[in-house]
Amino acid sequence: MTEKYIAKSSAIASRMLGGEMMIMSALDSTFFTLNPAATVVWQAADGRTALSEIVRNHVCREFDVDIEIAQRDVEHFVGELSQHGILLVSDRPFPKPSASPTEAA
Amino acid sequence: MSLMQEMSLRALDLGVPISVHFDITYRCNERCLHCYLDHDDHGEMTTSEIKRVLEELAGAGTFFLTFSGGEVLMRRDFFELLEYARHLMFSVRIKTNAVMIREAEARRMMELGVDQVQISIYSHRPEVHDAITKLPGSLQRSVEAIRFLTGQGLRVVIANVLMTANLGDGAGVQALARELGVPYTLDPTITPKMDGDTSILNLRIPGTELSQVFRNESLVGNVEEFCAPPPPPDEDVMEGYPCSAGHTLAYISPYGDVFPCVQFPLPSGNVRRQKFIEIWERSSQLKEVRSIRAKDLTVCSGCSHVGTCTRCPGLAYMEGSMRGPSTADCEKSFHRTGIASANMLRNLEDRSSPGGPLIQIQSAVA
Repeated sequence: MTEKYIAKSSAIASRMLGGEMMIMSALDSTFFTLNPAATVVWQAADGRTALSEIVRNHVCREFDVDIEIAQRDVEHFVGELSQHGILLVSDRPFPKPSASPTEAA
Repeated sequence: MSLMQEMSLRALDLGVPISVHFDITYRCNERCLHCYLDHDDHGEMTTSEIKRVLEELAGAGTFFLTFSGGEVLMRRDFFELLEYARHLMFSVRIKTNAVMIREAEARRMMELGVDQVQISIYSHRPEVHDAITKLPGSLQRSVEAIRFLTGQGLRVVIANVLMTANLGDGAGVQALARELGVPYTLDPTITPKMDGDTSILNLRIPGTELSQVFRNESLVGNVEEFCAPPPPPDEDVMEGYPCSAGHTLAYISPYGDVFPCVQFPLPSGNVRRQKFIEIWERSSQLKEVRSIRAKDLTVCSGCSHVGTCTRCPGLAYMEGSMRGPSTADCEKSFHRTGIASANMLRNLEDRSSPGGPLIQIQSAVA
């Protein structure tokens, strides 16, 4: 199976609210909220960590779930968000992003 | 319930300032007749101060950020601030007169993922719009800017303030918005100046005009529903909050002052002296605002409009009490439904002119 890498689009707004991630697409103002498991995937989507590693090291570590079921659910979730342009998917790691403003400050 | 409504309710439960209106300058290149601001610079926050406040807002959970003024583009660092806000993942809206927006600025806003740009247009006729803004050529510049922005794919909204100076031009602006392919909003609210000067209130449109606005299907949707008499208030209404000001919404001035809302000039702290979250969580003024339920309102709790009125606690505060009525909203409720508010009836009784005043109200409906 080809490995996947996921990165957050820059054309979004997002914020944690009560343990769930809110995301709005800047392209069409579509609004999403992610449940805690999806939020874990979202937070780990740094463009450089393989999706299988995110499932194994983040999702399965934080939630009591079988790895195969988790992988299937996460693939579905990633497919859905990528259709809306919220997540970018590639079969190779994304280039390293520039420092965030908080890091740069 | 939409996801957005669910999120607003959750923010209310959690006490999160989900929306912040941030005026980054009061300076402006227009001098609108109805403007409530003092346009002199009395010591605006610096670029680094604003960036620090933005970080604090992100940490406090703010998601919707409105950059407004004054004219935001009067700040040379505007795009630096906008870029920083977007790096911090805010959903950013901009309120502007757009006079300084050309193709390059529009492109940059699009690149930075601005959610919406709201542009003030007061008339489709240059002689009326420019007389209100006191800036010759401003209508042409603003309309050109709308074309630059929509050409980039940005969402633009035209906002019109209805006042005596542009009375009768609402339909013209609406047609202009249609031609430009952008939504149109209309606000008949004129607020006192920030220093308390009420002289601009004489720009408020007469009640008969309000009645017409409220019966314009293209503005309000289903007129029958919109103008229906208010249903009797139930317990949920009486235990409810008057509005989001101070609950999930905050306003920050260019000088760092924090208020519950842009229309609610109750000083609640200053981000130059305290962290935003400390003000949000500890300010006695904000706590007082949050303590008020509909049942606590001195006059409005006994008014049939209490559950449907657009009562602004900020305007009420400017009238004398944040628990009191806002006369401008009483008039809106009256002209929308034809039913006098408790405040209007009380004022008529206070004048104690036997028989006359109530007849005046009835004649105004006809």
